Amino acid sequence: MFALPITLLTVIPLAVVAAYFVYPQPDVWAHLSQYVLPRVLLNTALLMVTVGIGVLAVGVPLAWLTAACEFPGRRFFSWALMLPLAIPAYVLAFVQIGIFDYAGPVQTLARAWFGSSRAFPNVRSGLWAVTIVLVMALYPYVYLLARNAFRTQGRRALEAAQTLGYSPRAAFFRVALPMARPWIIGGLTLVLMETLADFGAVAVFNYDTFTTAIYKSWFGLFNLPAAAQLASLLVTFVLLLAAFEQRMRGRRQYQVASAYSPRIVLQGKWRYIAPLSCGAVLVAAFVIPVVQLVIWAAEIWREDLDTRYWEFVWNSLELALGTSTAAIVLALLLAWVRRNYRDRVSRWAIRLSTLGYAVPGTVLAVGVFIPIAWMDERLVALARLTGFSGYEILKGTLLTMMLALVARFLAVAFHSADSAMQRISRNQEDAARSLGLSTPEILRRLYLPLLRPGLLAGFLLVFVDVLKEMPITLMTRSFGWDTLSVRIFQLTSESMWERAALPALFIVMVGLLPVMLIVRQTEQVPGSTS
Amino acid sequence: MQPLRALAATLTVCFAAIAPAKAADQADNKQPVTIYSSRIEALLKPTLDRYTKETGVEIRLLTDNGNALMERLAAEGASTPADLLITVDVGNLWRAADRGLLRPVQSEVLNRNIPDSMRDPDGRWYGLSRRERTIFYDPKKVNPSELSTYEALADPKWKGKLCLRTGKQTYTQSLVAMLLSRYGTEKTEEIVRGWVNNLATDVFTSDSKLLEAIAAGQCEVGIANTYYYGRLINRDPEFKNKVALFWANQGEGEGGTHVNLSGGGITRHAKNPEGALKFLEWISSEDAQNGYTHGTFESPVNPRVEADPIVKAWGTYKADNTNATQVGQLQPEAILLLDRVGYR
Repeated sequence: MFALPITLLTVIPLAVVAAYFVYPQPDVWAHLSQYVLPRVLLNTALLMVTVGIGVLAVGVPLAWLTAACEFPGRRFFSWALMLPLAIPAYVLAFVQIGIFDYAGPVQTLARAWFGSSRAFPNVRSGLWAVTIVLVMALYPYVYLLARNAFRTQGRRALEAAQTLGYSPRAAFFRVALPMARPWIIGGLTLVLMETLADFGAVAVFNYDTFTTAIYKSWFGLFNLPAAAQLASLLVTFVLLLAAFEQRMRGRRQYQVASAYSPRIVLQGKWRYIAPLSCGAVLVAAFVIPVVQLVIWAAEIWREDLDTRYWEFVWNSLELALGTSTAAIVLALLLAWVRRNYRDRVSRWAIRLSTLGYAVPGTVLAVGVFIPIAWMDERLVALARLTGFSGYEILKGTLLTMMLALVARFLAVAFHSADSAMQRISRNQEDAARSLGLSTPEILRRLYLPLLRPGLLAGFLLVFVDVLKEMPITLMTRSFGWDTLSVRIFQLTSESMWERAALPALFIVMVGLLPVMLIVRQTEQVPGSTS
Repeated sequence: MQPLRALAATLTVCFAAIAPAKAADQADNKQPVTIYSSRIEALLKPTLDRYTKETGVEIRLLTDNGNALMERLAAEGASTPADLLITVDVGNLWRAADRGLLRPVQSEVLNRNIPDSMRDPDGRWYGLSRRERTIFYDPKKVNPSELSTYEALADPKWKGKLCLRTGKQTYTQSLVAMLLSRYGTEKTEEIVRGWVNNLATDVFTSDSKLLEAIAAGQCEVGIANTYYYGRLINRDPEFKNKVALFWANQGEGEGGTHVNLSGGGITRHAKNPEGALKFLEWISSEDAQNGYTHGTFESPVNPRVEADPIVKAWGTYKADNTNATQVGQLQPEAILLLDRVGYR
């Protein structure tokens, strides 16, 4: 019930898009079903499987290592492994092609040394090229959420497992991992939704996914109804995915009595394997791309860097901070609703609220813009009665931009908050009530401290996502108001990749500080010092 | 963290209230002109600043993806602040006009400065700069006498030697649309099938990468836009020795090289159509065309204007003079054809 207003944020744009469903487009559908859909459906399914497995294989072990174990360099890697999040996926894609493709430095060198570079795998197109880039760009979601899970799960369960005869490895697989399920599934869901919605990275690799069909219908065939119908199909699929995710979570309880748990100190060869594997991932996903970006930026920074960059940085920060705050507040509300109201309406309201993340960026941008333009027209007509002479009231304001962005990123904040919410036991809440605390006080003194790691994680994820976001920012901004991501979009749309390296580096720099601060904050386990 | 978050929230509310500033209407006739452009700011702003300096008219620019801009214009309807829409590719220009987003204007100045084939017959949009899509080859491996037309690249003798751009990019679609308007569906399908059979490697998503692939020896011949070539030469003058340009279809009856446009049109609900028209006329004049096209290595539309030195070095060529509208409206059909043939 309380969730409904929040749901409207997402539902209105989606309803606008879905409204085009009523215009049947048999010709386009006939063509698409014969020549396009079979391939893109298969491609999309394969991509989701490979990326899903990839991020689990990378994110979960790394999370375990930095959350529950101790090894040289752990502190550094704890937050450093989040850094790849600051690089937009398609920038990573272009860097990968730039370095490893036929005409790039690596293969050229190989041909100079060995005469032929035939042994090199295809990095310019195909499933594996896309998978590698998306895994590198998206594993931080799983990493951060799983880390929160492992960090707050407490030692008791593991100790109990060991007293029952499980080896440490068995205890991990049969106790720790299942207990972290909501987080891992939450992170995985975010990754899959982002994979479904992604257009930039797959376009660089010319890998045709479902979004390719949507954009082809809309911008190529100029057929918005067909595109809307395809987008509605996508949304339906995501709803099914969400229902499946719900099932996967199960009815288990994930609460812990005490979250404190000392770290497992790694010995022997594991002492070195751990930092090496963390380092390898960091180098591949962050260091190499950043070095390439720096090289490119070094060539052109003199002509491109001007005082406007401070404006871009400020605008990006403003937008990101505002959106993250709003998103995490609303996500907290939604998580609260989910916990306390199990009726059908609430459940569906929550599911619908988080759909914005799986919709391709430009589709959602248009879906958001149309109602805004509609409302503006009416508001302006009203305002004219009082002598107002402009043309825009809602359009271009920061508030509107943030609402649109919240509609998109609510899923991210929600999954973090919701998973964290699972850790709070009914006993704790009942105890607080029996002590006479009112609901707001319970929220403030019991929930917020315990939820802190989850809320911070959500805040960080939304923050960096907004820094990188393009279609909605482009569509809803006002004249002369640009952000770093707008700058990147403009330059890459003209294939000026080298020049785009400069704003891309700025985004990395801007994102660096929050990443460091926030991941450090999630280190501190609530309840361990009390 | 709580006080910090409270502070952030307060700041947010304050900033939200202070909406980004909007310019009030000017009382005098130097009313600002509002432009929606898919040409990026970096390429357009120098020209706009020059206009403001020369005439004192303020220009308000909003850039975005071309298709998103069209949806925006359509959604805004009569309350759009845009006076002028500048976009790229004949398909998009045709579509904007077709949707009724642009209004027809007739102007002697524009008719004089811009040739027939580069403007809408109904005056809804006017080409502002030209870019050609032609054949590039490796001079070490290919003799220019072996090259002739786009269609000839479908010949089996080029098997394993051809590099092409993806069919999802409008440049490819417009080229195929031009072939469609010339040869019809069946023959064009044959040609494109031949191209696909001759591909040396997967299609490229970037013309620059395509040209670099020719230079590196991955293929011997390819089709790309000339301004990417210009950019590469500008960065490395030696590049013109590694990859050479060949104007396609120059022979008698072959039709001429495929030309695409960036162009602009006055919006149907423009609040300042006179200002927009003045701007269009200015940018099509000899004076402005120089600045508008030289930094970008495109060719001017105004036949009396000389091109950039790098561009001039490529020599003159016969351009395809099918009206851009005709080519533009075939874009959807070109896409369907590309899908059928399996050109990704």
